[in-house]
Amino acid sequence: MTEDILLEARNLTKAFGGLVAVDDVSIKIRKKTMHAIIGPNGAGKTTLFNLLSGVLPPTKGEVYYKGEEITKLPPYKRAHLGIGRTFQITNIFPNLSVMENVRLAAQAKGKDNFKLLRRADDFQQYIDKAEEIIEVVSLKGKELFLARDLAHGEKRKLELGIMLACDPELLLFDEPTAGMSSEQVPELIDIITNIVHNGDRTAILVEHRMDMVMSISDIITVMNQGRILAEGSPGEIASNPQVQIAYLGDLYGELA
Amino acid sequence: MSQTPLKTKKPFFLRFKDERILLILFALMLAFPFVMNLITGSGLNDGITKFWQGQLIIFFIMAVFAMSYDLLIGFGGILSFGHAASFGGGAYTFALLMEHWAPNFIGKYRILIGSLDITEGIVLLIVFLAVVLVSILIGLLFSATSIRLKGAYFAMLTLALGTAMFILVKATDFHEWTGADEGLHGVYVPDWINPTQNRLTIYLISLVFLVVCYLVMKRMVNSPTGRVIIANRENEDRMRMIGYNPVLYRTIAFVSASFFAGLAGALYSIWNTSATPTMVSAVTTVNALIMTILGGMGTLVGPILGAAIMQTISQFFYTWFGARWPLVFGVLFILIVMFLPYGIIGTWRMKRNDIKGGWQKLLRLLSKKEDL
Ligand SMILES: Nc1ncnc2c1ncn2[C@@H]1O[C@H](COP(=O)(O)OP(=O)(O)O)[C@@H](O)[C@H]1O
Ligand SMILES: [Mg+2]
Repeated sequence: MTEDILLEARNLTKAFGGLVAVDDVSIKIRKKTMHAIIGPNGAGKTTLFNLLSGVLPPTKGEVYYKGEEITKLPPYKRAHLGIGRTFQITNIFPNLSVMENVRLAAQAKGKDNFKLLRRADDFQQYIDKAEEIIEVVSLKGKELFLARDLAHGEKRKLELGIMLACDPELLLFDEPTAGMSSEQVPELIDIITNIVHNGDRTAILVEHRMDMVMSISDIITVMNQGRILAEGSPGEIASNPQVQIAYLGDLYGELA
Repeated sequence: MSQTPLKTKKPFFLRFKDERILLILFALMLAFPFVMNLITGSGLNDGITKFWQGQLIIFFIMAVFAMSYDLLIGFGGILSFGHAASFGGGAYTFALLMEHWAPNFIGKYRILIGSLDITEGIVLLIVFLAVVLVSILIGLLFSATSIRLKGAYFAMLTLALGTAMFILVKATDFHEWTGADEGLHGVYVPDWINPTQNRLTIYLISLVFLVVCYLVMKRMVNSPTGRVIIANRENEDRMRMIGYNPVLYRTIAFVSASFFAGLAGALYSIWNTSATPTMVSAVTTVNALIMTILGGMGTLVGPILGAAIMQTISQFFYTWFGARWPLVFGVLFILIVMFLPYGIIGTWRMKRNDIKGGWQKLLRLLSKKEDL
């Protein structure tokens, strides 16, 4: 059964001074699942992502990836192991072209990073891969735009493209639809489900849009004030009275 | 970005199509001493022809130094106030070895190929290898000590390291070796590259040095490694998240910049057969900073232009404005920074190539003007 687990966090805790943002969180992510994490603002979802991706060191607890402990690995090593992530607040290379944003990510895993006297543009494989991914995230035609000149929705797609170019096995999506208008959301959902399912990948999805979470995730973990409140299938979570009282009722109310 | 990548390899000389202007300038510079000599009839190694070769030699060398600074600040986004340590380090390594080791060695040994005496050549080769080694070590020192620092703290540390080098070369304890405050003067250099006896040789060497350094650096910033160094400047967090170790790429930026600066320093030491504390001082770093900002950061060509402007200004402004020339220069510098915030080359390129981004910048530029 344990081979089935791609990522595991044990008793993960992160305190910022007196504030415990992530409080004794243990979670298992099964291979090839779409695992959603929901919870109100400030629940500690982004902080949990920062711990899983290595951006922040935990105060306590461990992280395991494919059975190996990675708690102390820096982010770039985790990226090489196959952990990719996107950011809630768009985090791209603003003054580089869309092509270069994605191409850089594609180059990262290759063996050509230390070639100082060759032209980067002579390495066709990374350009090809970047082109392929730009198509997947439907940014075709925008290759030569500077990333900072893209519309917000396009920046969110580029965010996905950069992660995807790293060829990750585990994808951490931190509110991929953040700031997007409702009309733009379905396309992004399609892109995300396409990336995850067609690539046989595993994903952790932090998202506020409940309709989206309910329809595309296999399992949902509910967080509140740094702790895990409940975990289960979308159906179980929707009918969990505790969750409904603490959280879902409000959100469904908002959506209605 | 080449969107239509070249499938067929072009012949070597066609690959430098972009450098057409450079090629023309190179030819002009190559012809300059000879044409000047024809016009003035002063003789190649005399009078005004000799004088202007000297001015251009300083320009060629300072241009390489400024480009090396651009590698750090413009491409790597690394604002170091200690870059003169590499320039001065190269100069002192050269001067110290030529002063204290080379005459000794040449006096004792002769290296011959057939009847050709190559002792001096071998000595120069060894000395330049030492210069390269020292430059790399200085680059490593700067990057290793500043790994965990950011922003102002980082700048302070580079300033402190640079100042430490400055104090070291001025230390009276080593007076016998370094000449302390006065530095080393009248350093031995073989006759054939002696700038007084054979100015044309050192002129040609410096010119080729500039062209080669430019081509190599241009290739470097467009290489897979160079692109990652640029990404590091743009967004270190994201770069780390896609699998690059920022420390490693910053080190590469530091070491390459130091390498070129050290070579430039050594050549400068040949040019005036000396090494002085000024070459290590913050003034030298600030000079490179001004040249880079004037011409445009992250453009490589910009710093060359910046060096040309600085060299011209230091030549003419004194005659025009007397003792007040730094004031005039200061005002000019502020005006350029205000109206051409991306430097001369940077702003020009933006207007020409990058119409979309350029318009925004231009608008910002214009709105700034209205604020005045
Ligand atoms: N770097 C930080 N320093 C201090 N407090 C932080 C930091 N990052 C997050 N927090 C705090 O931790 C709590 C959880 O934040 P976050 O993980 O961003 O929540 P979520 O993503 O679920 O909205 C919040 O109260 C937030 O203010
Ligand atoms: Mg968040």
